Amino acid sequence: MQQVIQANLKDNDNIEPVFSHFETQLNGERSSAWHQKRKAALEELKSLTYPTTKNEEWKYTNIAKVLANDYAFNAPSDLTKEEISKFSLSELEAHKLVFVNGIFREEFSDYSSEKGLHILSLKAAYQAHADLIEAHFSEIASTKEEPFTALSTAFAFNGVFILAEKSAVASKPIFILNITDTSDYPVIAQPRNLVIARENSEVTVIEDFVSVGGKPAFLNYVSEFKVEQSAKVDHYKLQNKGDNNFYIGTTQVHQSDKSNYNNTVATLGGGLIRNNLNILLDGEYCEAFMNGLYMLKDKDHVDNHTMVDHLKPNSYSNEMYKGIMDGHSTGVFNGKIYVRQYAQKTNAFQENKNILLSENATVDTKPQLEIWADDVKCSHGATTGALDEEPLFYLRSRGIGEDKARALLMNAFAEDVISRIKSETFKSHIETLISNRLENR
Amino acid sequence: MLEIKNLHASVEDKKILNGISLKVNAGEVHAIMGPNGSGKSTLASVLAGKEDFEVEEGEALYNGQDLLDMSPEDRAREGIFLAFQYPVEIPGVSNTNFLKTAINEIRKYKGEEPLDAVAFLKKMKEKMKLVNIDQSLMSRSLNEGFSGGEKKRNEIFHMAMLEPKLAILDETDSGLDIDALRIVANGVNALKSPDNATIVVTHYQRLLDYIVPDFVHVLYKGRIVKSGTKELALELEDKGYDWIKKEVEEGVI
Ligand SMILES: Nc1ncnc2c1ncn2[C@@H]1O[C@H](COP(=O)(O)OP(=O)(O)OP(=O)(O)O)[C@@H](O)[C@H]1O
Ligand SMILES: [Mg+2]
Repeated sequence: MQQVIQANLKDNDNIEPVFSHFETQLNGERSSAWHQKRKAALEELKSLTYPTTKNEEWKYTNIAKVLANDYAFNAPSDLTKEEISKFSLSELEAHKLVFVNGIFREEFSDYSSEKGLHILSLKAAYQAHADLIEAHFSEIASTKEEPFTALSTAFAFNGVFILAEKSAVASKPIFILNITDTSDYPVIAQPRNLVIARENSEVTVIEDFVSVGGKPAFLNYVSEFKVEQSAKVDHYKLQNKGDNNFYIGTTQVHQSDKSNYNNTVATLGGGLIRNNLNILLDGEYCEAFMNGLYMLKDKDHVDNHTMVDHLKPNSYSNEMYKGIMDGHSTGVFNGKIYVRQYAQKTNAFQENKNILLSENATVDTKPQLEIWADDVKCSHGATTGALDEEPLFYLRSRGIGEDKARALLMNAFAEDVISRIKSETFKSHIETLISNRLENR
Repeated sequence: MLEIKNLHASVEDKKILNGISLKVNAGEVHAIMGPNGSGKSTLASVLAGKEDFEVEEGEALYNGQDLLDMSPEDRAREGIFLAFQYPVEIPGVSNTNFLKTAINEIRKYKGEEPLDAVAFLKKMKEKMKLVNIDQSLMSRSLNEGFSGGEKKRNEIFHMAMLEPKLAILDETDSGLDIDALRIVANGVNALKSPDNATIVVTHYQRLLDYIVPDFVHVLYKGRIVKSGTKELALELEDKGYDWIKKEVEEGVI
């Protein structure tokens, strides 16, 4: 039985022995260029401290409770294939890759490469596509001043590598299931994904996160997307986690001319969730969609930080984040839009709408537009308030009970975001979760 | 069927209804007219159960039950229907889905089985024909982007689907073109029976050519200051409200 390595993240000195242990698994790869990137990231990490609420970017998200635990970096799990199959959306036709406590589990996965579409676990990919990993890994998501990304980069080993060659169109989505099993230990899991969509290719990536066991789990999750000319990537994320579950993740996207990237994240629960979504529009006539729905209760906390950077002219970005907040839940929305001087004819739209179902729920919303170009169309708006009384009365006056009327209206509010998911099966899966939640409120 | 006795209501300390009494029997059509701001929509809202208004005095009995004590949904389930003067737009809730939910909520209340898809569709088709409403409005979000006339017609369509006992139509004729007016009126007449009653709030005698009222009431400053037969509506059309206002000021009525 392998020794379980546990460490507290608070002090970077604790990480050194964990890293040394991690290196022992790498054998011959320790001299590889990839590993030099890991080591550089470790050095970067050691020069940084984790943010506190004094840091403007973390003002409303206090990560003290994330750092308070001794996490196991290689926690074992007794989950069987049968138990895992409950989470793998049998109705969803997809390439499925399963990670338990951040470790890729081939025996639970079911996927294959298609013509022009390579799907591999990250470590396997390093055998077949070392050049691509060396060229792109950690090049899209910077570790600079980003301790969590640095931590992810230092320990990158498990994850998914997707390469869609020129004009390849995936026949079905790629579904990545992340399970944390904290039955025995508090768990840290750090899968790391790299997606390269070449010219004219089309892929859909779905990420799902679930957890079992009662101890804390921390997912430090980084995905890099390279979306080349005229490529089309749909990217969906479902976070439906317990209050002892922490997630800090960065999705970093680089887009070239005429590419289309479509991100929708649905958060239905979690003790502390921080989603960073950063999109670099490094091409003309790009389209980027950022959609989010968060439905929180109890003491759930979600922080969506998005950034879209228009570097070139004629691109379009559209952002719609919506929240339904119950109990003592707290939400944060921070949306940055940068339009560089050269990026004329940019269209950038942003909206954040929140419904507060309880007096104790709060949302802090902050649009941040910085526009250096003059010929642009940009708008943003934010609303936060209780459910509107007028529509509620209209529905009730036609015989629909109050609870049902509320559920109908909230469903409609949520559907505005969820309807942007193009995978019908995944969409209806989320819709079912939402209606169940609303019916049983 | 409906008996309102000395009803007083206010909103945010502003008195709007000042002692309304009105009796509506099954089989009757009552028209309520009156100048802008006199309280017609407020009366309709209070009867439908809108909580913004505080009833300070008086009562309203519906088939012997205390209406004011019932939730809006229970009033609807017991057969009260309000066609709104300004139907609200509800994005994301389709007209069809809404109607199916409403009908089945009402059926559940009455202890009936939900209507199956086939029966529901059949009913939809039949009632759509009755009020001559376009199929394309069915799959759209409730009232969202509907034209003024389409909203009104949709209200009558809802009424036809829900088959109420007491329908209150608040200026359903406003914004309708002549043809639409006739169709809506025909719809209302087709649903008329000795068992149900209709209250029409209107500014125009024109509508009353089609929906012939048994009684006409004039509401002014939150009171019914005059009641009569359909001839009263003709007189109002002819002379306006000034003579009534004058009588009120002079304390004649
Ligand atoms: N929610 C409210 N808050 C404050 N005042 C209100 C409210 N609702 C109605 N009122 C006031 O009450 C009075 C009566 O309004 P109501 O809508 O009942 O008039 P109405 O007779 O239907 O008029 P119209 O013919 O223009 O439709 C008006 O002065 C209106 O401004
Ligand atoms: Mg009115």
